[in-house]
Amino acid sequence: MIEINSLGKSFGHRPVLRGVDLSVAKGEFVTLFGPNGAGKTTLLRIVATLMRPTVGRVQVGGFDLASHAHIIRSALGVVSHQTLLYNDLTAEENLRFYARMYAVPESGPRIDAVLEQVGLARRRRELVRTFSRGMQQRLAIARAVLHKPAVMLFDEPHSGLDQDAAAMLDDVLKAVAAGGRTVLMTTHDLTRGLALADRVAVLRRGKIAFNQSTVEIDAAHFTEMYAGVVNG
Amino acid sequence: MDNISEPLQSVSTLPDVSAAIVKTPTPGTLRAAFAIVWKDIAAELRSKEIVTALIVFSLLVIVIFNFALQLDRTARENVAAGVLWVTFIFAATLGLNRTFASEIDRGSFDGLLLAPVDRSAIFFGKLISTFVFILLVELVVIPVFSVLYGIALFEPLFLLVVVLGTLGYAIVGTLLAAMAVHTRAREVMLPVLLFPVSLPVVLAAVRVSQGLLAGVEWSRISAAFSLVVTYNVIFLAIAYMTFDYLVEE
Repeated sequence: MIEINSLGKSFGHRPVLRGVDLSVAKGEFVTLFGPNGAGKTTLLRIVATLMRPTVGRVQVGGFDLASHAHIIRSALGVVSHQTLLYNDLTAEENLRFYARMYAVPESGPRIDAVLEQVGLARRRRELVRTFSRGMQQRLAIARAVLHKPAVMLFDEPHSGLDQDAAAMLDDVLKAVAAGGRTVLMTTHDLTRGLALADRVAVLRRGKIAFNQSTVEIDAAHFTEMYAGVVNG
Repeated sequence: MDNISEPLQSVSTLPDVSAAIVKTPTPGTLRAAFAIVWKDIAAELRSKEIVTALIVFSLLVIVIFNFALQLDRTARENVAAGVLWVTFIFAATLGLNRTFASEIDRGSFDGLLLAPVDRSAIFFGKLISTFVFILLVELVVIPVFSVLYGIALFEPLFLLVVVLGTLGYAIVGTLLAAMAVHTRAREVMLPVLLFPVSLPVVLAAVRVSQGLLAGVEWSRISAAFSLVVTYNVIFLAIAYMTFDYLVEE
């Protein structure tokens, strides 16, 4: 579903990604780990069509990102640590706006459904600025799945959440993945990232340094393994 | 969570994923542009972040000009158009500075860029909402200016020039605001870029406005009026063609 080949990205003379190769199969949940500055967010922003790569190729659903970004965007749902919501609009107004931008058919019932599923139906007429960080992040997920995207990109979705809110977000993430969606997520939370994923990859200094199915990984020793990969 | 996790109909029923992507509907440019206008106006009605501040600023400018110039009636009529346009330009520049900066500051600009629409829809949406905000400011400023300077401004042709001149300034301002918003000194950078580029439309609008207030023959100012219209058409076309590249990271 997502094919990344020899991807490179430089900012000025500073390379951030150096020949990244990564495949995510249809319906697969891949978690991308890596230390700060490894290039995780840059990689996700390129797949999300928000940034052009310097070299290399990205395909989503067989479409080349360089020539079909417009088509690919309709199949993507993106959740980052920024919620992409408008604080001066209510939860419902935010979703109505994005439903128009994505031309969601029968948007009323769809908005009702996603608000219900993220547990915000009763707060639908309240301004987003009154929401806690956890509620805003759940609404951000409702926004991202509103148009039923085939591919979900999560960039550190647990960032800034307390334990309860993070646990609640995990339930939402599992539900999102259970629908057969292809998911690529970056996170610093090793336990959560491993528990949610079918496969994990580690990005180190702009390159994929580790890429393995979670079935083959001993969860109890993953922290040590990760430290070895990152520092090795 | 069954609704979020429900299998995607398009993915599960179609033979390949590429087809599923093609099936996803995309809204038209105009529809998306008006969605942005609706969002901006709804947010502005709540926050009153832009229009209120611009009205207060504009009224202060015309009051300061009124006291600073201390002109007799004839001299006042001669400079009225210039003072009015300087007020509009200053206020519009402040408003234009917020057009994209507010999206960047709250981190919502990516949400617009991620939408599966032609990115010119973002330009047109932002242009229309900024234009509406500036017109609202002008709706308040013109009557106050008229009373303070003792000049009747409610002539249809004069108001048409105000609308077209403002539109021209908003078109080039929205385009340059998208460019300036990623620079470090964006508040300073926008006027530095905008004032020279908008000079033709501003000078032409001042000339037509001044001519109309002085009651000169239309034939003497029609060329300047044509310049305002031509400027609008040219920069609208330039914005449509280049906006996609301006917002590319």
